Amino acid sequence: MTPLIEARNVTKILAGTVPVTLVKDINLAIMPREFVAITGPSGSGKSSLLYLLGLLDLPTIGDVLIDGRSTNVMLEDERAEVRLSRIGFVFQFHFLLPEFSITENVALPMRALGGLSARAAASRAEELLSSFGLSDHLRKTPDQLSGGQRQRVAVARALANDPPVILADEPTGSLDTLATSQVFDILRDLVTRGGKTVVAVTHDLNLAARMHRRIHVVDGRIASDEATALAANAQ
Amino acid sequence: MNLILSIAWTHVTHRARQTLVAIAGVMMGVGFSIMMAAMMEGSQDDFIKTLVDALPHISVTDELREPTRQPAEIVYQAAEFHGLTPEARRPGIKNPMAIIASLQSWVPGALTPSVQSKAVLRFAGRNLTLSIVGIDPRTEVGVSNLATHMRQGTLVSLYRASNAILLGDRLATKIGARVNSNVTLTSAQGAVMTARVVGMFHSGFRVTDETTGYVLLKTAQILEMQTGIVNEIRVRARDPMNARLISERIGEQTGYKSISWQEAQEDLLSTITLRNVLMYTIVGAILLVASFGTYNIISTITHEKIRDIAILKSLGFRNQAIRSIFIIEAGLVGLAGALLGWLLGYLLTWGVASLEFKTPFSDYNHLPVLYTMKHYLLATAVALASSLIAGYFPAHAAARLHPVDIIRGAT
Repeated sequence: MTPLIEARNVTKILAGTVPVTLVKDINLAIMPREFVAITGPSGSGKSSLLYLLGLLDLPTIGDVLIDGRSTNVMLEDERAEVRLSRIGFVFQFHFLLPEFSITENVALPMRALGGLSARAAASRAEELLSSFGLSDHLRKTPDQLSGGQRQRVAVARALANDPPVILADEPTGSLDTLATSQVFDILRDLVTRGGKTVVAVTHDLNLAARMHRRIHVVDGRIASDEATALAANAQ
Repeated sequence: MNLILSIAWTHVTHRARQTLVAIAGVMMGVGFSIMMAAMMEGSQDDFIKTLVDALPHISVTDELREPTRQPAEIVYQAAEFHGLTPEARRPGIKNPMAIIASLQSWVPGALTPSVQSKAVLRFAGRNLTLSIVGIDPRTEVGVSNLATHMRQGTLVSLYRASNAILLGDRLATKIGARVNSNVTLTSAQGAVMTARVVGMFHSGFRVTDETTGYVLLKTAQILEMQTGIVNEIRVRARDPMNARLISERIGEQTGYKSISWQEAQEDLLSTITLRNVLMYTIVGAILLVASFGTYNIISTITHEKIRDIAILKSLGFRNQAIRSIFIIEAGLVGLAGALLGWLLGYLLTWGVASLEFKTPFSDYNHLPVLYTMKHYLLATAVALASSLIAGYFPAHAAARLHPVDIIRGAT
């Protein structure tokens, strides 16, 4: 089976007076329907790895393949197109556009991809938001919602174009326990019921233990890459 | 609404105060540019119109383009002349009526013969130098606006007395002459005659109204002491702008010096050109300053929206889309500013045109202005272009932002 995302010998060095190596010699493959945690201490390169896997950043050395296609040779616009159609992002902070309603925020990627009219995009956005329990807030702007609700909107936006992969960077990092649990449940359901692949960077080892696979990053390198006990028990 | 346009619209409408300041900048630029252009071109048009109305479009005088060849020159290959006595009297145009008849066959416009002379006018113990113009009232109507400038009497009144004269109203007031007053004219040739004032005119030009008198052709010929002399043929072209070409052709045909109004006023016209250059420089500078305002606002918006740019790029928006958002914002500011500038420009022009003032040189007491769509469209085009250029640079910079840098900074 072709991996959804594959990193081959990926190294990222930040140029500067003193060059900084963010990730080094990363080789990994993300398969369909995986629920992957990337863990590691602060500054270990977890987020940098996620950005590289999501084509937000370019490796200095190596290549990232999406659906078996090399992205090194792609033009910037082609990478943007892949991000828009094949990958959904969820960040630690919701990163919603503050002037737009949450429905408009979720509809944005659909309208950018094209194929749906503004009305159809809004309708689908409302469906998504309703499925996350936000049907009473459709016309509200992000600043009228709680942190947990905003993060659910962000997940809905990531799913707008129905991408096979969701990349989440500390999606529960700024949430309280209840909201953390709600967002985690949504992400897990995306894998178990929605057939999506979720790769999430997290500090929370308890959350990581509830996922299927844990990639531990230390000093920019993969220190371990193994199935969690939960996945092993399930098998 | 298109997605990009809707994002741009949301950005500018959610920053009402900054947007209004930028719009006000463009509006001021466009408004004052329109007013300046209306004032400058209005006064220029008025000046040219006055010039064209006041002077004959073409003046053919009795000066030859080349001196007449002496008979000896014609007979002998080489001749040297000593002791030639210059002609004391003005030679006049030879066969003027035949020339006029010939020119009438092709010149698009009207022609009239006239005699230019100088005389000293004496009345009530005062002596004043006067420019005497001998005219034919029947053809003068087609060539000048004198008939419409008459305040008392008409051109035909010149036939009322044997030596009749029309005086400028300022001159008449100055010397205390009235209609039917008798004045004494003494020409440079020594001819003395008593002329009766049969009418008064008011051209609106102080110099003309104080120093010019119109008489019949034959009266002027008597003053010149040359029977039948005509020393000027005046032409009014149907299209004043063609005067230069017609003048050249008349000169070639008749051999006499023929000067169009453009040629006679070349210095003034070149001053107008210089004035136009100055005007458009000032107008351009005003709009340039306004464009800095647009640059400022778009830069501020891009700076404030840096996180949104990162979000949009991480979602998969292309650079071109990001660039378009901010260029459209600049365009919206430019367009709104230009449209409001139309209103401001119209009101300013109207205000300037309604101001009253006095000038010692003419009767006009309002600034002439020109209302033309050209000024509005030109100012809008320049304002839009400068706004779009001003918006392009911050938009380009926004499109080149690396989303990871911003996301890292935000987290």
